[in-house]
Amino acid sequence: MNESAKNLDCAAFQAQLPDLIGSGEKVVDHPHLQSCELCRALLADLEIIAEAARQLFPMVEPPDDLWEQIESKIKSEEAVPDPD
Amino acid sequence: MPQSRSTPRPLDPSPQPLGVGVSVQLPESASGGDADVLARAQAGDHQAFSQLYSLHKRRIYSLCLRMVGNIAEAEDLTQEAFLQLHRKIATFRGDSAFSTWLHRLAINVVLMQLRKKGLSLVSLDEAMEPALEERPGRSFGAPDLNLSGTVDRLALQRAIDDLPAGYRLIFVLHDIEGYEHNEIAAMLECSIGNSKSQLHKARLKLRDALRMHPKEEGRR
Repeated sequence: MNESAKNLDCAAFQAQLPDLIGSGEKVVDHPHLQSCELCRALLADLEIIAEAARQLFPMVEPPDDLWEQIESKIKSEEAVPDPD
Repeated sequence: MPQSRSTPRPLDPSPQPLGVGVSVQLPESASGGDADVLARAQAGDHQAFSQLYSLHKRRIYSLCLRMVGNIAEAEDLTQEAFLQLHRKIATFRGDSAFSTWLHRLAINVVLMQLRKKGLSLVSLDEAMEPALEERPGRSFGAPDLNLSGTVDRLALQRAIDDLPAGYRLIFVLHDIEGYEHNEIAAMLECSIGNSKSQLHKARLKLRDALRMHPKEEGRR
């Protein structure tokens, strides 16, 4: 871990955070986090939110009559002669 | 032609580090007999197309609902997605899994609709200039105010519903649907850095919203 990363202040670290997270690397190993409780808490919260959100949306069924509407539109589209 | 995408990842209920794409859940039977149904649908067999609808309707409807957060709109968008599918199904050449191709087609339908409604995806780039409260140096709060490992599901749902449309879009595509930033950037015609930045801001907004509405009961 390099010294400049360790000496980042919170603002500089948080400015880099989108890239750090997006890089797929383990952000938790970042030197700044070894000594900064505030940023560790921030990262932990973001991870909790992302994980909770993934589990939030169940698969749901569309209403039963949606297929009838689609089928009806398909038929009306097919009834229109192709301009070509 | 939709961008080729690796085989969708199965939903993994175990916690993932941030930045790791997760879920694109396949319908129950995404292989085997599907190929025959698909081939018949491509040949114009209405019965086969109806079977494809049955196989994929939950996934496409759920996707639309997540992206727009409104039941009536989600129904309209699901309908439009399957109408587009009917028009374009003959052009599917198997460069990616059919479910992946259909997923992208549905996303494009939603994006087109959002653009029609005035969601300027250009504004995503404009938003690179951070608002005052988002500038570096902003206090994210004392550690003892963190979420303590639990999130109220209803509060989170509300907070996601309240996200600005652009933030919500990127949050859903990345954190829920499991797309990578390069894929999102291509879909939304913005930069990869912008996609990362918007996602980060979306998560910060959610965090702020959840801290304003802390879990009220039943800590797990």
